[in-house]
Amino acid sequence: MSGSRLVAAIVLLAVLSAIPAILPPYFLHLVIQILIWSFIYTAWALMGRFGFVSFGHGAFLGVGAYVPALLWNFYGLTPWLGIPLSIIAAVLLAAVVGYPCFRRRVVGHYFALVTLALSQVVLLSLVAARDVTGGSLGFTQKAVGHSWYALQFPEKGYFYAIAVLLWLAGLAIWRWIDRGIGREALEAISEDEDAAASIGIDVMRAKMRVTIISAGLTALGGAIYGQYVMYLNPETVAGIAVSLQIVFAAIAGGVYSLLGPSVGALLTLSLTEGLRVWFGTNFIGAANTIYGILLVLCIIFMPQGIVGALQRVTLPRRAPAKANATETPQSVTRRPSSAAQ
Amino acid sequence: MLALSSVSAAYGSFQALFSVSLEIKRGEAVGVIGPNGAGKTTLMRVISGLIAAHEGTMTLEGRAITGLPAHQVVEQGIAHVPENRRLFPALSVEENLRIGAFIPSARARFSERLDWVYQLFPRLKERRAQLAGTMSGGEQQMCAIARALMSKPKVLLMDEPSAGLAPLVVAQVFELVRKIRAEGLTVLIVEQNVQQVLEVVDRAYLLEVGAIRLAGSAAELKQNSVIREAYMGL
Amino acid sequence: MDIYLLEAIINGILLGGVLALLALGLNLIFGVVDVVWICYADIVMCGMYAIYFLYAQYGVPLPLACAIAISGLAGLGVLVHVLIIAPVLRSPPLNQLLATGGLLFFLQSFATLLFGTDFRNIGVRLPVLEVATMYLSFARLIAFAISLVGAVALYFFLKRTYLGTAIRAIAQDREIVGLMGIDDRRIYLAVSAIGGALAGLAACLLALQYDVHPFIGNTFGPVIFMICVLGGLGNMIGGFIASFVISQIIAIGGYYGSTELSYVFAFTFFIVLMLIRPRGLFAP
Ligand SMILES: Nc1ncnc2c1ncn2[C@@H]1O[C@H](COP(=O)(O)OP(=O)(O)O)[C@@H](O)[C@H]1O
Ligand SMILES: [Mg+2]
Repeated sequence: MSGSRLVAAIVLLAVLSAIPAILPPYFLHLVIQILIWSFIYTAWALMGRFGFVSFGHGAFLGVGAYVPALLWNFYGLTPWLGIPLSIIAAVLLAAVVGYPCFRRRVVGHYFALVTLALSQVVLLSLVAARDVTGGSLGFTQKAVGHSWYALQFPEKGYFYAIAVLLWLAGLAIWRWIDRGIGREALEAISEDEDAAASIGIDVMRAKMRVTIISAGLTALGGAIYGQYVMYLNPETVAGIAVSLQIVFAAIAGGVYSLLGPSVGALLTLSLTEGLRVWFGTNFIGAANTIYGILLVLCIIFMPQGIVGALQRVTLPRRAPAKANATETPQSVTRRPSSAAQ
Repeated sequence: MLALSSVSAAYGSFQALFSVSLEIKRGEAVGVIGPNGAGKTTLMRVISGLIAAHEGTMTLEGRAITGLPAHQVVEQGIAHVPENRRLFPALSVEENLRIGAFIPSARARFSERLDWVYQLFPRLKERRAQLAGTMSGGEQQMCAIARALMSKPKVLLMDEPSAGLAPLVVAQVFELVRKIRAEGLTVLIVEQNVQQVLEVVDRAYLLEVGAIRLAGSAAELKQNSVIREAYMGL
Repeated sequence: MDIYLLEAIINGILLGGVLALLALGLNLIFGVVDVVWICYADIVMCGMYAIYFLYAQYGVPLPLACAIAISGLAGLGVLVHVLIIAPVLRSPPLNQLLATGGLLFFLQSFATLLFGTDFRNIGVRLPVLEVATMYLSFARLIAFAISLVGAVALYFFLKRTYLGTAIRAIAQDREIVGLMGIDDRRIYLAVSAIGGALAGLAACLLALQYDVHPFIGNTFGPVIFMICVLGGLGNMIGGFIASFVISQIIAIGGYYGSTELSYVFAFTFFIVLMLIRPRGLFAP
């Protein structure tokens, strides 16, 4: 790490640790949400940047949020066990659907639509099991006040710290996959699966690995989110709506860069909040209306996302290795070879 | 009738045609021969507007057709029988012919055109309800030519009509080309079957690496040593 | 056989009609333009609001309101194509999916902004028929009949007219239709208009049976995609058949469990089938 980077990191840490002391609770609440969703969007981008556009992450998020909460309410099981269980459940779900998908070469549109169905399955199962989950009325966790055992902290500072750690961990994992052999293999696969296989890349293994990591992290994000807000609603943590929200925010921010999904979370959540404050509750939908327009414009005019576009403006000439990602601004996701026909 | 002057064309950064000029008189049949990858298909596609020429001009009966999109070129009177026939496989023979008569001027006289085409290709009339994709190669080629004729073109472009057909059928296809000429159409035909095409055309051009290398009457080219050695295997 | 099960099966068939209509529209657009309109069900929602306001609020006679809704959605279809699809026509398929997904977001939230989240009913009460001790909703029967009429009309349009033949041709070989004198951009516009009109027709039929609210598209949308994918994207006949398969699963599932559970069955069935036959039920 170079000197200036070190300084930047120290400054960032200083700012991060000063935030809870300075910010009023409402803003701290916003920041915590931004951090948790940044983590979730980053987890999605692990797959999305390689053209595996999943509309199924709502499913993993829903599993992640509901499993620990249900275990806590009904069996008094601590989230310290509940969360790992929820991650395992999400990973299994991802493996059960992902493995045959990859085996059968379900790509492009078809992959998106199969995963979309998956998030609907989780959403509707949650609603259908209304005796247990409360259905579409939502589910409130039993509160016990400040407790490490229950992972419940009325004092926001704790969750702020957890969210920061979570976010940094997400970035570290993103970077780990980006730096390790993961990226090259996955890029080759997203260009042309057969060619990748012919140069000795284990296509199945590479795809499964990134899918499992992405699903597991999404579940973790969902679990932490659930612990934080203490109230779950199937519509906000599972299903097509939240899946689209994840996809869009990540893409709006930019899926090719480390901070892209976080920027997506920052912008979309502040925009939503800002517009809500601005318009008041008389204009529910105003925020999302503007948001929807921005999304469409973003896909049409800035498919590499906001961070990608900024990089193109501010860093016109990067090292050739990096140039690859910035020279193909036409695609959010590189066209998978078989979808091209 | 049809004239190209210094036409160049490219696929992205790859230039496939270099300053090609040629001219075809009314009622003439002209061949374009050359090795695989020479740019013959590209030439046909440029004329019919599927690819834009980035240089040069093209005229039909003195009127510029440069830069017109394909669907307008047809209305000007140029029909193109594409390489590999490209019928609509899940449409019936007659539906393929109907599509051939899509332009308003042809639509207005559809039944008249259809009778004419069926008289030229009695075989197609027998097969009118069959799906085009289920016919034999020779029948499909007839259907592709017939489809192009439905628009009542002045100039017919044919891209390798004999490719992939059995020798007997190849002979039939060239016989058809003669018949079509006899109907007064101007024909530009791309062929790999050099020997046979030189029997039906008046003149021919040799295209190599995107440029015209030789031009002459069919009789001259049949005697030309380059053509005899490289393209006729003599 | 259990009379209630029979009733469920019949209701499933009736539901299948409207789903088939929507699947036809979506498949038509996909087959020709090669873009999945993920917002298709939300366009239907726009139509339902149009009928609600015209008929229930401003007292326009129902048939006229329906006619206005159908032509309005045809226009909306063209607008969607020109503003959103045309600019991304050469982009990777997933960008196209996302652009129409952005529109979904927009339509749902804009409807929320304009009309709030209330459930609204146009208030047409059609009788319930009692046939051999089964209760069949007249609205559903009408919807089924009109859907079938719509499907047959579409069939003849595609089969008999020049435009229809050109639409089928372009779906088979998009590169060379220009050689036939066909302007592909005009065909795209025509298809988007027809797709919009079919959504409009479906809106009329659904408005008779369901309340309209901004998120009603989320109820139908995923089911319609599922049907189209099962039938093979772009395969109109496949989609038509798949509509009835899925609607039966929903109906029978609903009979044995709850409505949500029946959708869970349907989606699970879809996922499993996709993994067995990735190109749809009827792929060669
Ligand atoms: N769609 C295309 N994109 C890029 N290059 C092409 C394309 N079509 C043809 N080419 C190239 O252009 C050259 C001429 O091709 P073509 O006109 O098809 O030759 P011919 O018909 O004489 O065999 C070849 O080198 C070929 O590889
Ligand atoms: Mg060729």
